[in-house]
Amino acid sequence: MSELLKVDNVSMIFGGLRAVSNLSMHIDDGELVGLIGPNGAGKTTAFNMITGVYTPSEGEVYFNGTKSSGMKSYQVTQLGMARTFQNIRLFSELSVIDNVKIAYNMHVSYSFLDAIIRDKKYLDEEDMITEKALALLKIFHLEDKAYETAKNLPYGEQRRLEIARALATEPKLLLLDEPAAGMNPQETHELMEMIRWIRDEFKLSILLIEHDMGLVMGVCERIYVLEYGMLIAEGNPEEIKTNKRVIEAYLGEEVMN
Amino acid sequence: MDNFLSQFLQQLINGVSLGSIYALIALGYTMIYGIIKLINFAHGDIYMLGAYFGFYATTKLGLSFIPAIIFAMACASIAGIIIERIAYRPMRNAPRIAILITAIGVSFLLEYGMILLVTPQPRTFPAVFPATVYNIGPLVVNNQQIVILLSSLILMAVLTYIVNDTKAGKAMRAVSFDADAARLMGINIDRVISTTFALGSALAAAGGVLVGVYYNSIDPLMGMMPGIKAFVAAVLGGIGIIPGAMIGGIILGVVEAMVSGFISSTFRDAAAFGILIIILLYKPSGLLGKNVREKV
Amino acid sequence: MNSLRKFDFAALGACVLFFAVVQGLIFAEIIGPFWELNIILICINIILAVSLNLINGYTGQFSIGHAGFMAVGAYTGAVITVKLGLPFELALVVATICAGILGFLIGLPTLRLDGDYLAIATLGLGEIIRICILNIDYVGGASGLMGIPRFTNFAYVFWIMIFVIFFIKNFKNSAPGRCCLAIRENEIAADTMGINTTKYKVMAFALGASFAGTAGCLFSHYFFLAHPASFTFMRSFDILTMVVLGGLGSMTGSITGAILLTFISAYLSDFPEWRMIIYSITMIVLMLRRPQGLFGNKELANFMLKLGGKK
Repeated sequence: MSELLKVDNVSMIFGGLRAVSNLSMHIDDGELVGLIGPNGAGKTTAFNMITGVYTPSEGEVYFNGTKSSGMKSYQVTQLGMARTFQNIRLFSELSVIDNVKIAYNMHVSYSFLDAIIRDKKYLDEEDMITEKALALLKIFHLEDKAYETAKNLPYGEQRRLEIARALATEPKLLLLDEPAAGMNPQETHELMEMIRWIRDEFKLSILLIEHDMGLVMGVCERIYVLEYGMLIAEGNPEEIKTNKRVIEAYLGEEVMN
Repeated sequence: MDNFLSQFLQQLINGVSLGSIYALIALGYTMIYGIIKLINFAHGDIYMLGAYFGFYATTKLGLSFIPAIIFAMACASIAGIIIERIAYRPMRNAPRIAILITAIGVSFLLEYGMILLVTPQPRTFPAVFPATVYNIGPLVVNNQQIVILLSSLILMAVLTYIVNDTKAGKAMRAVSFDADAARLMGINIDRVISTTFALGSALAAAGGVLVGVYYNSIDPLMGMMPGIKAFVAAVLGGIGIIPGAMIGGIILGVVEAMVSGFISSTFRDAAAFGILIIILLYKPSGLLGKNVREKV
Repeated sequence: MNSLRKFDFAALGACVLFFAVVQGLIFAEIIGPFWELNIILICINIILAVSLNLINGYTGQFSIGHAGFMAVGAYTGAVITVKLGLPFELALVVATICAGILGFLIGLPTLRLDGDYLAIATLGLGEIIRICILNIDYVGGASGLMGIPRFTNFAYVFWIMIFVIFFIKNFKNSAPGRCCLAIRENEIAADTMGINTTKYKVMAFALGASFAGTAGCLFSHYFFLAHPASFTFMRSFDILTMVVLGGLGSMTGSITGAILLTFISAYLSDFPEWRMIIYSITMIVLMLRRPQGLFGNKELANFMLKLGGKK
């Protein structure tokens, strides 16, 4: 297994505040990794540094052997990293299928001119994109709603669409920011199955930020725990469950039960 | 060099008096924007209306300067409230661009309605008090400039008092900070918005009368350019921030005077917009504003 | 997808037919000079409205400085034909390119702004362009550039308009066009889809600006002169009103808005003192009744495709 993501001793300083401090972590090919921590521990900041929304104040991030820190977030996406958002960010006035098609745009090879004169290259490629998008929607049971406006979907389907859209960029690493937020236990359970299935089906690695302990413990192979911007533990779910520091800092009784 | 200095000081005097009028109009812009996030393009035309109310008060009613300015302010407040009631209130939940188009429509309506009523010919504003010119060394100051500056300062002081120390002012600040929370606290949003329009319109009307006194001439389209420029002044100081509008107005007035005095009056308007672009590119939140960034 | 192409050809056929009819009526003098002028004005306004819709409606970048780019096109075109004595076709191309380049240069720094700030910046830049032109004696300064030959005729404006409409329509339905829509919907999400948002915003802005330049060139070569007073922010507002009235983000809407407002203006030209008043009341009432514009962000073509039973 080779190393896909390497976070090398990064820190993020806002004004005088160290939101994340000397964080190092790595994700290998095909791994399913969780990042947890109490509110305000710096999880989302870490996420934003990895995805290029912020440039780390110190340290570097390497993705697939390339230094990705300092790149703009669209460039990071082009390297093969895709993400979802804690508060869903769909293209809400557009149709479901257009949401997915936009994600394929990166891989479009016809030129501007081809599109304007609508030559064969444009038409063929558009056909192909539509087919691919429909196929992907089918996997997520959204094909019947392909031509509905995204904002009209129920919450759970919007979440699924956001994941589908992220997958359409054909990433090597998928980052999910609290995908279970606002879901009931039944839905969370389905999501857990889905995350594992996505990893196997699309042969990618996943980094998961989550509050829902059940989800993280059930699905992740390795877990990083943050507190006050610092890494306090790393290990498999069993190790994390029994780690004194973690229990004190964050998990408390929830896991003991 | 001495010549340069006196020229500079002279333009500074002219600029400050012009700028204080911009500031008066900008205050209304900034308050209205602060409360309902609307660039009220009709605001410049309220200023024009104010000038005509003042004209009417002095010529037809024979009022002297101070009663005339108060009369104009009162009438303009009512006009402002009516406009908000009819054109903006029904659109509270409409897309913002639709309200903006409505504001442009209201602006046209006021301009061309006035043309229909009073003809497009400029009117000569009567001299409400004798013009006296004071020579301080090489500098020329007339009492109109002093009156403009004094009136503006008094009005701004009154406004600052209202916004900071009265119940109505507190409600205004609350609504501009978070309208939903203010509503939950039992503040009558509609009334607060009306008050804001009334106050803003009154200040613009005062500006209109002062300009009438200063330039002796008013016409139905006089509000177009000053209206836009006052908005520039509001953005310059930081939109939604009351002291910002004052500072922005004065700076804009001084820069325009300097450009007319030292370069060419044809570039005066370009200078105003030039400052706007520079400010927007380097500090879009304005001189007194804070930068905010959308959270991811 | 082939149905799309068929639809394009059908629409093009309809355009040829429409053109033949109107051109015939003009030749037969059934359409007099007054309405010919207004038809040409409608075509020019449609070019302006759909190009502004590309910026404001599709890409969601609130620009109200369109008149500035129109002025650049009007003057550049006039310099080519009047001062340099070169052909009109070249003038059209150069006017388009110059306005586009200026759009690119202005868009690059200003499109970092958003919402009202961008609006007011573009308004200011539009005015700066106009004031700069006003101060260039070579093009007549404040009195304008006169003696421009009337090269614009119905055939030119109509076919250029059709070209612009098809160009923007096809752009919208392609990958770069979808990038623009994505930026309008959610810029942060667009970024994480690997879209270089600055690039596409500037692209839409420059394209819109260049077509405004084309419209300007057509405009000055119809009315014999290019005058700074024709390109104030009032004209920008006019174009914006057409777009918003028709429905922001709908090309059908922009076209309808342009036709409607030009017609209202034309009809009211007999009552000059009432013209602007009725015009402004129409604006206010339409916005109060239908704030999303006549068509919302829907297109007539999609509706027809649906009726035709194809998705």
